[in-house]
Amino acid sequence: MSTKLKEVDVVIVGLGWTGGILAKELAEAGMKVVALERGAARSSENDYSLPNIRDELRYVVRHDLMQNTARDTLTVRNNPTQEALPMRRLGSFLPGEVVGGSGVHWSGHTWRWTDMEFKVRSNYEERYGKKFIPDDMTIQDWGISYAELEPYYDKFERTAAVSGKAGNIAGKIQEGGNPFEAARAKEYPLPPLTPILASEMFSNAARNAGYHPFPRPSANASQAYTNPDGSQFGACQYCGYCQRFGCEANAKGSPHMTVIPLAMRSPNFELRANSWVTKVLKDSDGKKVTGVTYTNVLNGEEFEQPANIVLLCAYAINNVHLMLLSGIGQPYDPASGAGVVGKNYCYQTGASATLFFEGKYFNPFMNAGGSNATIDDFNINWGFDRGPHNFVGAYNVGGGFNTALPIGYRPVPSGTPQWGKAWKQATAKWYQTAMVINASGSVMANRNNYYDLDPTYRNAFGQPLMRMTFDYQTNEHRMGTHAANVINDIAKSMNPTKLNQAVARTNPWTVVPYQSTHNTGGTIMGTKPSDSVLNKYLQSWDCHNLFVVGANVFPHNSSYNPTGPVGALAYWTADAIKNKYVKNPGPLVQA
Amino acid sequence: MTKPESPRQDSVGKESAHTESASPEFDRRNFLKGAVVGGAAAASGAAAIAPESAQAQQPAAAPEPAGYAFFNLDEAAFIEALVDHMVPADDLTPKGTDVGINIYIDRALAGAWGKGDRLYMQGPWKKGVPSQGYQLPLTPAQLYRAGIEATNAHCRKTYGKSFDRLDETQREEVLVGLSSAKINFDSGLPVRVFWGALYQTVIEGMFSDPIYGGNRNKVGWQLIGFPGVIAVHRDHVAQYRGKPFPNKPVGIADMS
Ligand SMILES: Cc1cc2nc3c(=O)[nH]c(=O)nc-3n(C[C@H](O)[C@H](O)[C@H](O)COP(=O)(O)OP(=O)(O)OC[C@H]3O[C@@H](n4cnc5c(N)ncnc54)[C@H](O)[C@@H]3O)c2cc1C
Ligand code: SF4
Repeated sequence: MSTKLKEVDVVIVGLGWTGGILAKELAEAGMKVVALERGAARSSENDYSLPNIRDELRYVVRHDLMQNTARDTLTVRNNPTQEALPMRRLGSFLPGEVVGGSGVHWSGHTWRWTDMEFKVRSNYEERYGKKFIPDDMTIQDWGISYAELEPYYDKFERTAAVSGKAGNIAGKIQEGGNPFEAARAKEYPLPPLTPILASEMFSNAARNAGYHPFPRPSANASQAYTNPDGSQFGACQYCGYCQRFGCEANAKGSPHMTVIPLAMRSPNFELRANSWVTKVLKDSDGKKVTGVTYTNVLNGEEFEQPANIVLLCAYAINNVHLMLLSGIGQPYDPASGAGVVGKNYCYQTGASATLFFEGKYFNPFMNAGGSNATIDDFNINWGFDRGPHNFVGAYNVGGGFNTALPIGYRPVPSGTPQWGKAWKQATAKWYQTAMVINASGSVMANRNNYYDLDPTYRNAFGQPLMRMTFDYQTNEHRMGTHAANVINDIAKSMNPTKLNQAVARTNPWTVVPYQSTHNTGGTIMGTKPSDSVLNKYLQSWDCHNLFVVGANVFPHNSSYNPTGPVGALAYWTADAIKNKYVKNPGPLVQA
Repeated sequence: MTKPESPRQDSVGKESAHTESASPEFDRRNFLKGAVVGGAAAASGAAAIAPESAQAQQPAAAPEPAGYAFFNLDEAAFIEALVDHMVPADDLTPKGTDVGINIYIDRALAGAWGKGDRLYMQGPWKKGVPSQGYQLPLTPAQLYRAGIEATNAHCRKTYGKSFDRLDETQREEVLVGLSSAKINFDSGLPVRVFWGALYQTVIEGMFSDPIYGGNRNKVGWQLIGFPGVIAVHRDHVAQYRGKPFPNKPVGIADMS
């Protein structure tokens, strides 16, 4: 039996980037907010501190800040004819589990997704005709525009201390920035990070090839900074321990040192850590939600937390799982194409080359999460004609390092023995004298890539695991081939001593090794309930007092990391709740 | 990925124990087996006896001798032979056991990770396809145990001796067979999965922080010039651009 608690205005499920932003904004607006976070509270002073935070085995290999798969995981398969099996330990992606969520241990690359994504179907149909988009590619416009989101991108970039160089301010192209980016109102809050040698060499080669390199915008404060809310940042130390680690220097924009402590300052806000939400509750006619049930994982006790508004902020994957477990909205069926919950799960793809330069020291242990250089010539550059290459989507190419620690990163030329003296010699010779160029590519939605509930396997709470069905399609393989060629051409132009060439991926998606925690879709936003779960304010079409926030709302995946629009949409939703919904509770968009 | 299970493997494994005790060779393992009887006694016996042999053979800098929390005598002999073969002593590093790789692996297997911490261990158990990742009903410790037994069984069948008694060339042949999955275990254990775990833990024992028992004296980090936990490189990015950084690694214990 669960204990029923006193009703609050808002219950937030999960306290990472999105939960943290909404907690702060709504508590400051005078609403009574409770956040339920399954992870424990950890702090920069005590946990993300020297020397213990600098432990590759603990944080990278053993996933100390990540979801514990013994308690909850997914089952996975490549297509609907296979039998899905549990992901028995984490691999391909790493959902966070701590107060602050993955926002604690992300790298900080912060991008603005543009109308190239938000109007994806219209763009391609208009330029290439309806036939260019394969029948099983279920891409659709998002129902939101870049112009609407621009101020919210700006707000997130300022909150998170993004360092970068604008390429387009109010329509005017800026020297040194990304000339393809959509117009922004203002410059980045902080100047770009100092380029490391590898990114400099990549930039020179890319420029010589006629491309347009620019410093990757990243929430690694390039100098000490106080954000508009008064949160203080130290300067990034290029510590080389960024991805999967909390930041010892308080330089990485993270919710646990920005929005969460600000929410905690408000008497309206309460955080309950170690609280695992198992279900969203609906009222008898299913038109509204009434709260959530959760378990205190320290003692197994169950509670019901009634609330006027429920916000799912539990990360892209867990949000979809909670929707399916709670029976909100019609589950998607790939055979008929009917239903929406679980639809359009997408991931990303990539290719990479390793370049070896005898005698050149790259010092791969000195880098910030985002001290790479990038080119977007094959990405948000609509001038790049996809027609002859016959693919929908895009990729960006970067050169440099991110968290090149020695258990995981020990580049050697192909053909080097895996052990023995020759292996040691090669490892010693090349660890410091190699660099990497890699591409990150979009994945378009496909009819057969989706989530539903697994018929067999269960989590520690006795609930069905979520089942992920995913594979790359010919479209992605074609794009990968193009990307590998571009990478190899740039790499060869740099005259490395040896080169491990980029190879386009053609084999199925696999659950190992790590690829990226850029999972998208499953409860997508859109313009009508027949093809989406949420309206443009991330409000459920079925239950108007339920909002679902995170990359799960993206109808397809771009080549960029997701947190720019995830953060912007969290602020956008906060505004919609404060300024529209509370005044007149009900659907913000008529179905 | 793997061949269907062979039903005969169990007896092969058991029979092989005879082959081994019949071996005329003498080593520490046999000495211990003869000297002390019984599980708990064997463990304390190992601790008491090891120092002498360790002192005799190891460089002066080597810290405490090996005492195992997980490996039994056969397994200890296997892992010592393995890490010394994979990481031989030369001008670059001491040999694997002097780097503590065997100790790192032993502690990892004896600890929470070895016991299946964070591993989803509910059935049903199916083989699946490679893209679905690890699907065995074994904790890392159980996988290791079964893998060493299967590798030794292969060695006895092929060479008439366990892995630790093979000569260099034969050891090399076995490792090539494991890493390329040319060897098939009679026990049905998928060789690729065992090799994957084995290789990964050897690497961890070479390059993880010394607090975990491997990477002794930070020799793994010195080998490649990785500075360890000191990572305040704000000014170094420009200062050392294109130049080698001083190779004086610092570990967690040095700063604690
Ligand atoms: C290693 C790594 C590197 C990354 N690097 C980048 C990058 O460079 N750029 C970028 O844009 N993105 C990056 N990301 C992704 C980024 O971290 C996420 O997009 C972002 O954190 C998403 O915010 P969120 O609020 O949706 O989820 P999170 O920040 O992950 O927060 C979700 C929270 O919900 C909690 N939760 C989940 N289920 C429940 C439940 N049932 N009950 C209670 N609580 C629950 C979780 O414990 C977690 O704390 C990276 C991610 C990882 C793991
Ligand atoms: S690279 Fe910079 S932002 Fe990232 S953890 Fe290190 S100091 Fe922090």
